[in-house]
Amino acid sequence: MDGYGGIQVSGFVRFLESLDRRWIYLAMAIAVAGPIIYIGLTGKTLPETATPAAQAVFDAIEELPSGGHVLFSFDFDPASGGELIPMATSIVRQCAARGHKMVFIALWPLGAQLVDETIKRVITADYPHMKEGVDYINFGYQAGNEAVMKVMLTDFAKAFPNSSNGTPTTQIPVVHGVTRASDFPLLVTISAGYPGAKEWIQYVVSSSGGRIKMVTGCTGVQTPQLYPYYPTQLTGMLGAIKGAAEYESIVNDAICKAHPGTTTPAKYLEAQRRMGPQLGAHLLMVVLIILGNIAFFAQKRAAAGAKS
Amino acid sequence: MKRMIPMWIAIVAGFAMLFSAFFPVTESLGEIFGDMFNVVAAIAFILGAGSLAKINLAKVSRRDPGWGYAAVTLACFALTLAAGLGKIGAAPNPKFAALAWSGDERAEGALFGWIYESALVPITSTMFALLAFYVASAAFRAFRAKNIDAILLLSTAFIVLLGRTFAGVVLTGWFPDWASGLRLENFSVYIMQVFNTAGNRAIIIGIALGVAATSLRILLGVDRSWMGTGGSK
Amino acid sequence: MSARGSLWQRIVGGLIGTLSLAALGGVSVSASAAPPPDFVEAIDVPWDAGGVLIVSWRVDGDPSAITGWLIERREEIDGAKWVTVSELPAAAREVTATKLSHDHAHRIRVTAFGESGQLSKGLETAPTLAHANFFIGAKLPLFVGILVVSTCVIVFILSARAGRPIKIRRIAALDAVDNAVGRATEMGRPILFIAGIQDMDNISTVAGITVLGHVAKTAAEYDATIEVPTSRSLVMEAARETVQASYLSAGRSDSYNPDLIRYITDEQFGFVAYVSGRMVREKPAACFYMGCFFAESLILSETGNSIGAIQIAGTAESTQLPFFVAACDYTLIGEEFFAASSYLSREPDQMGSLKGQDAAKLITAAAIVIGVVLATLASLAPDGAFPAALTWFKGVLGS
Repeated sequence: MDGYGGIQVSGFVRFLESLDRRWIYLAMAIAVAGPIIYIGLTGKTLPETATPAAQAVFDAIEELPSGGHVLFSFDFDPASGGELIPMATSIVRQCAARGHKMVFIALWPLGAQLVDETIKRVITADYPHMKEGVDYINFGYQAGNEAVMKVMLTDFAKAFPNSSNGTPTTQIPVVHGVTRASDFPLLVTISAGYPGAKEWIQYVVSSSGGRIKMVTGCTGVQTPQLYPYYPTQLTGMLGAIKGAAEYESIVNDAICKAHPGTTTPAKYLEAQRRMGPQLGAHLLMVVLIILGNIAFFAQKRAAAGAKS
Repeated sequence: MKRMIPMWIAIVAGFAMLFSAFFPVTESLGEIFGDMFNVVAAIAFILGAGSLAKINLAKVSRRDPGWGYAAVTLACFALTLAAGLGKIGAAPNPKFAALAWSGDERAEGALFGWIYESALVPITSTMFALLAFYVASAAFRAFRAKNIDAILLLSTAFIVLLGRTFAGVVLTGWFPDWASGLRLENFSVYIMQVFNTAGNRAIIIGIALGVAATSLRILLGVDRSWMGTGGSK
Repeated sequence: MSARGSLWQRIVGGLIGTLSLAALGGVSVSASAAPPPDFVEAIDVPWDAGGVLIVSWRVDGDPSAITGWLIERREEIDGAKWVTVSELPAAAREVTATKLSHDHAHRIRVTAFGESGQLSKGLETAPTLAHANFFIGAKLPLFVGILVVSTCVIVFILSARAGRPIKIRRIAALDAVDNAVGRATEMGRPILFIAGIQDMDNISTVAGITVLGHVAKTAAEYDATIEVPTSRSLVMEAARETVQASYLSAGRSDSYNPDLIRYITDEQFGFVAYVSGRMVREKPAACFYMGCFFAESLILSETGNSIGAIQIAGTAESTQLPFFVAACDYTLIGEEFFAASSYLSREPDQMGSLKGQDAAKLITAAAIVIGVVLATLASLAPDGAFPAALTWFKGVLGS
């Protein structure tokens, strides 16, 4: 026991009051690393139940007739890849399984590289019959943020005159018949900030008069900002790794049902695997908040006691 | 004169951009000013790179404290610039095989691509991951039940934190169907969709009006502090 | 290009199909021929930016033999060719042709596809000009909204100029600016000012630079050092001009050092790494974060908190506000951030504009209340006049 304004408070409370933040960092490292190691060793993941927003993403892709055009905009960089790459992987997988034509663009400079990686991870590896230029194409990065969206509204080829490997847009079969953004019945944006999902809604979806359906996968920080647009302007939404895990489980279930006996490769379980560390981190934060309040109330009580 | 010219450029460009959204005859004017901004930004980038080089070179030559960091910055800057502009290690595009510089600097085997994969990706991911630690320490310090408002905030934080993980299912998954809305995973979605959306919309409307008023102050030349004239304090 | 290719495929497919059928059993070719449209017209969209025609057509005969429609356009100039607008399913009777030239009229041709891909005889419209109107009618509600907000602001500016006293509530974060600068001076440590990570085309950055003007002037008066690392070159140039002018107006132009306002990198986390490192090494006594921030908001403010700096933040990014509120001493929330420059200057014109902003907010709130009441009544009495009133009200607001 130790003195506090004449009143005794426990050593534990004093420890909490003057807690060096490095202890918190260490606790967080353990809370995150523990589940990562456990899941890595056992391969076990936590079960997920899909929320309506995640289910809506799956339904929007399923409802599109096979061979329909899907425009992907990778508006993120490797920094937020932890949350967003599993979403991108699963969405591309579902589109490939449905036989949709996929057109990839990036409004973030480092997004183009992530498109290439996703194509390699999903299409090249598991859907080798899909041909570049015929079934999918990467147009790479285009600078200009909203200006690119505005140009796409009237002339897609003007916004993206060449694919990332230099082929003129007019010579790419997969975009034959596509003259403007509204020719894509479905827009998928994987978004980490500006420009991202909000700008796509404001500049493209709103201007298309309801012709374009849009679904998004976004970071946890962006999720509250996008809820006002769901479900009217935003058909479906995957919020953070939780949304990714829910969606991933629906896609895996659907593909396993269509091809009984197949096992799901580890690369398609990334989001569900990451829910373990998320659980650890969230529980730690709940404990920290409780501890912080114990210290606060002990201090308050001691101060009130000293006054009286 | 030094103040008047920038102010009038801002006024003319601002009104042109505004009118171009409503009057088709002024549409091209809006596009011209948009393009001009990009040209100015591109020129300013040279100034920025020049400033970076100048300040760090001066630091190295004067052997200021921490000059080693400046040297590393300069070396990395030069290496990345050379790798990107020179497309070092990038195989030529098969369609233009005779042209050495026709390759993609980010393709496999290119030095720039390697720098991206091996340095930039891990470094930026690490910086982003730091957020987990900072969020924990900020939550420990900030979430104190000081009054009713803070208690409401605290309770909401608990519901959302638990509802976004499997813990929510374990704790409240047994609730009967008629009370399914109170299950943490559903209640957290409800909070996000209703309370959070309502609050967000109020803030967004305030921000939109603030943006409009600020733009108008600048367009009318009422607020010139962006040119550094300062206030009348 | 694609439509053209597809057209050829259909024609070739049709020929092959027809020849095969004829060779096999001498089936009549006309059996699967599609009837041409009986009427087609193109109408210029009124009150638009031009280049758009609405094409509609009608078929009086049996439409069952029609499998689709080919819509083409041709400019009324010498040597112009027919260009495919789109191919549509059989049920379509209307299409919007866009991207048309404003300078010349266009003819639109509508042709039906038959079961085996044969094309019917096409029917053309008269030459129609898709001209641009003076004003885009669909944006009228937005234009009126801007006029209303502008009128409110201008009226209150004029009222303030006429000498009418204007009372503005206290904003603790802005009152703390002088204290923060004073504290830095006393401690002999620098002040750090971050104007966000976006460029000068972002209004938050402009608002951040206006606050920088005031902070720099106070710093110049107190003879404190102010550092401004930027993540955009153009922001660096603007910040240098602003700080230099502030030092000049404070009569301390000799103390101005442009090297303290420096460009770091456009890369978000590269910038954060530099600023965080700088904060830990230099330990600034006061940190200002005024502008557009994303994920870096918490990293910067927590680093600032760990070194014991007094921190004042302002942003219009609603997603970042909770982080600043948790980690900073004072936070300007949304509109307060845009009001900062006016509040700090205390000039009647600027104070008047704040009052005008409040009046616009009242009008917005009134519109929300009316909308909520109408929507509630419309849902309670779906057969009454309220649904129509709600639709009318939505139309007035342009939604």
